[in-house]
Amino acid sequence: MSDLAIAAPVAAPAKARLHIPPGVAIGLGWILLMLAVAFLADIISPYGYTALDLRNRLSPPIGFGGVWAHPLGTDELGRDVLSRLIHSIRMSLLIAFGATIIGAAFGTTMGFLAAHFRGLVEQAVLALVDFSAALPFLILALAVLAFFGNSLWLFIVLLGFHAWERYARIARGLAISAGAQGYAAAVRQLGARPLRVYARHILPNIASTLIISMTLAFPEVILLESGLSFLGLGVQPPATSLGNMVGYGREYLTRAPWILLAPAFTIILTTLAISIVGDWLRDKLDPTLR
Amino acid sequence: MRNTPLLQARDLVRRYGMRRGLLGRSVDITAVAGVSLTLERGRTLGLVGESGCGKSTTGRMVLGLETPDAGSVEFEGRIMPPPGTAAWRAMRARMQMVFQDPLGALDRRMNVAAQIAEPLEIHGIGDAAARAARVEALLRNVGLRPDQALRYPHELSGGQRQRVVMARALATEPALLVCDEPISALDVSIQAQVMNLLVELQAEHGMAVLFISHDLRAVRQVSERVAVMYLGTIVEEGTPDALLHDAQHPYTRALVSAIPHPGRGGNRIVLQGDPPNPAARPSGCPFHPRCPVAVARCSTEAPSLRDHPDGRRVACHLAEPAAIAKAA
Repeated sequence: MSDLAIAAPVAAPAKARLHIPPGVAIGLGWILLMLAVAFLADIISPYGYTALDLRNRLSPPIGFGGVWAHPLGTDELGRDVLSRLIHSIRMSLLIAFGATIIGAAFGTTMGFLAAHFRGLVEQAVLALVDFSAALPFLILALAVLAFFGNSLWLFIVLLGFHAWERYARIARGLAISAGAQGYAAAVRQLGARPLRVYARHILPNIASTLIISMTLAFPEVILLESGLSFLGLGVQPPATSLGNMVGYGREYLTRAPWILLAPAFTIILTTLAISIVGDWLRDKLDPTLR
Repeated sequence: MRNTPLLQARDLVRRYGMRRGLLGRSVDITAVAGVSLTLERGRTLGLVGESGCGKSTTGRMVLGLETPDAGSVEFEGRIMPPPGTAAWRAMRARMQMVFQDPLGALDRRMNVAAQIAEPLEIHGIGDAAARAARVEALLRNVGLRPDQALRYPHELSGGQRQRVVMARALATEPALLVCDEPISALDVSIQAQVMNLLVELQAEHGMAVLFISHDLRAVRQVSERVAVMYLGTIVEEGTPDALLHDAQHPYTRALVSAIPHPGRGGNRIVLQGDPPNPAARPSGCPFHPRCPVAVARCSTEAPSLRDHPDGRRVACHLAEPAAIAKAA
């Protein structure tokens, strides 16, 4: 082994950490902007999201004949689209992050339980997975919301169960193969408790797959939330979300498209940014790909 | 306590169920059919046999990783607790394993130092500073440089990875090390290095070693006693020299004659018949369908592993010198 070979790996990580591709940088920037908007919604929004300005109803955005008082225009009740967009971003991000994290945590736990106990527990989990995959989620959501009424937290938890079976399948399959592959068996053989094996070894090893799965599920949750809000089952007026705005803006699609287009573009850009960053993150989290 | 052997395994049996086809009946495969082993402190026992003869399963049962269907394992005079219990976990610090595939046995997302320190963390040995010092000592012990501590497994060569696995296995100063084909996945040039390292480490740490391999020469290099396995049973056990130069069991003789020797040709014993199938064990002596000297008794009565006056154990009806000479 020459000195050259020793020097190279020491220098490489520092360089790799600094290097962020431009596409990822834009995506990261957009996500950070969205997060900042969500956290600072009360401070940066020019108006309350329910405040009416009846003299400026259906005012177009700047550049299309609008006024500076409402940069993105107003809706049919004269509510400022920018202010509503800011509050919608906060609501949708809260729902999407909350639901994705709940789904990933629940699904991964169930998958690990199935992989660890095998036998009856595994059969039960797999039956639940099949049940969940076979049942149209919209029907489940309708039933739950009809029976339990609509509260924000219930809605988030409900959406969390939207894709849990995917994480459960992935986690179970990867945990079983990790046990057979050797490293998990080797650590168990060292005397480690199951919690240590799963939390310190299997979870980091399968995290890349789970993260990819989360970045795929995140846009789905946003779209699902939009769909349910559109049907009137999701976020209830006067509260607002991106899907809620798209749903109610539909009626004015021809006369005032900005009401619908502003949240629609936000959904597209956010989901795209999360997909790009998630893909990049997967590579970064894997030391063997450095 | 001093007088009891470190490890005593009695009549270990392990069966696996295997289903043939979609609707077929479940067939029992007897991987290990009554193996008894004794290993003294600080000594080395080699276990040889062809693949599928149950030597790895025996190693796993000896370590308590699998529960035998019959028979018992005693370690330091105590019965092996069932896998997964607290007593079993605590026992892991006293017995360790070196794996055939070092890359598979290492977590590729953890650097080498963290993996070597892991058994110390698990068993709560020392504080952070003591662990770091121990890891450095272990790395030097197995011939790795301290700057390799922060490498990941995929950045090391095969031999270096196996050194890491050995360092991790030795971290808790185990009394027993089971090496399951530790050199089969390595280059020939690296094999000798790892074997020498194993001998050095044993001299320094004084652990007992159960060395499992299909390579009789490798086993001879490290072992004080060698047990030859065939189809789940031990057919002959003795010192390596006795086995190599004066094998009593016909299977051992065939195995010894298969070792390549420069300048010697022609007199290899080539076994007839199919390789052994654990799903269809022959009656009587498991080796009799392929045995060149089998007699009628071999197909009906299984020979037991008998002690011979020179200290070896042989399971063959013909294993008296006169009988072998007559048959040959």
